[in-house]
Amino acid sequence: MKRVGIIGIGHGVFGRRSDATVQELAFEAFRAALDDAGIERHLIDASVIGSVPEYHKQRSLAGVVQEYLGLVPKPTWLTEVACASGSAAMRTGWMAIRAGLHQVVAIIGCQKMTELSTAEILALMGRVGEVQWESGFGTTFPGYYAMFAKRHMHEYGTTREQILEVAVKNHFYGAKNPNALFRKEITTEKAMASEEVATPFQVYDCCANADGAACVILAAEDKAKEISAKPVWLDGVAAATASMSVLRRPHLVGLPSAEYAAAEAYAMAGVGPTDVKVAQVHDCFTIAEIMAYEDLGFCEKGEGGPFVADRQTYIGGQVAVNVDGGLKAKGHPIGATGVSMTYEIAKQLRGEAGERQVPDADVGLTHNVGGIGQYCFVQVLKRD
Amino acid sequence: MFKWFGKVNYTPYTKVSDFAQHLRDGRLMGSRCNSCGATSFPPRADCEECLSGDFEFFEVSGRAKLHTFTKIVAAPTGFEDVAPYLVGVVDLEEGGRALAWFGDSIAEDEVEIGMELQVVPRIFEESEEIKVYYSLEPPGTTWSKTELS
Repeated sequence: MKRVGIIGIGHGVFGRRSDATVQELAFEAFRAALDDAGIERHLIDASVIGSVPEYHKQRSLAGVVQEYLGLVPKPTWLTEVACASGSAAMRTGWMAIRAGLHQVVAIIGCQKMTELSTAEILALMGRVGEVQWESGFGTTFPGYYAMFAKRHMHEYGTTREQILEVAVKNHFYGAKNPNALFRKEITTEKAMASEEVATPFQVYDCCANADGAACVILAAEDKAKEISAKPVWLDGVAAATASMSVLRRPHLVGLPSAEYAAAEAYAMAGVGPTDVKVAQVHDCFTIAEIMAYEDLGFCEKGEGGPFVADRQTYIGGQVAVNVDGGLKAKGHPIGATGVSMTYEIAKQLRGEAGERQVPDADVGLTHNVGGIGQYCFVQVLKRD
Repeated sequence: MFKWFGKVNYTPYTKVSDFAQHLRDGRLMGSRCNSCGATSFPPRADCEECLSGDFEFFEVSGRAKLHTFTKIVAAPTGFEDVAPYLVGVVDLEEGGRALAWFGDSIAEDEVEIGMELQVVPRIFEESEEIKVYYSLEPPGTTWSKTELS
């Protein structure tokens, strides 16, 4: 089978972007990716848009983005799997190329989270869980992950200090990323003093909603070699699901969808967890990053807390994780996040990450979760 | 009458609608597949195992152990007036799980994973319309039941 290569990457600034519409945000990332690839846009055969529709006033966003990017009459479509929508766009673009349908596909993750009022956001927040049996008790996103955290602490002795170490690390690196929403370091003491959200979580355990866009241009192997001097190969492109209801999960100390997708992605790429030098994982809440270390096999089940506390996921440790700030410090424009993860890994594998560069980064991984784990996408990327 | 279930109800129409009526009558019901016998709580009309759509309700004891919990401080729309509130996920003795609020009979500092609990059918007394739910109470808690119709 022919490989699929990344030939161009682009990223906008994440944050409260009251200066732009969602298609204008998409344009910033797309334009940067075209320049990075050094190609004219007529070479692009199709685009795939990763975005979550219920946050936008504009209905059926893909067509509007396609028009604004000047890609009409080429085809486009939208993928939606909650916070993993960007990785779903990557995966369907990859499929279209592997199927021989298209040669060059632009993947655009874009989201404006701030078009909605606080009241509208609070109403949406009430429906993140399984609405028939759970939402009637007022469950929330942080509430679910807080329950994972409580159980993890109970079964493995994971401590609050270890959990907050994730936030401290991700802010440390976010401070060095010009595209990040929060660009300042924090201390454990400061995080411990922040307001309660859902016990044991406080404000600093939670990522922040943001507006933003990222773009990755994919090409078939021959085309990628012809266009790019330094293609990054998308060799593992796996996806899996877990039950949406926490009442039907085999356990609540990790995400079964992530375990499944990781095994599949490693097999597709012919690598194992110890080969991964740099990873972007879905740290929507602090505990989510700890569970990701375990689900991805970076450490044993239950060892995620000590793993981060021992600085094993800082640059210089066993595997550098979220050294762009992660969702926590970079911000989480949900449709853009998956594409932003791939952008960062491509930058790392090309050796262009500046002061955040991971030495000898040759194999990278992304782990993008939708909802509370009902979807998970894992990619393994390699350089030549 | 599934619209009775939950402080806020998002799914008034379901094939397991009678669950709410049973809950009002003081009974906590799971589902049993009439084809293969597989059981489920929460109930489901269509069997996950054999895909049969033929099911019946059966009463579960409500005896349970706490699997995990949280106190939700930042509440969504419709729950501002009750925040903060303690939510727990319990493993039921007969299998399956339930997510529910803790009743006032249990203080926050008494809550610990693994504790034994009783899932108790409840009616919102303060509401004019019928609103039913269930809460987590100490083992041995009793409540009134009407005869199974």
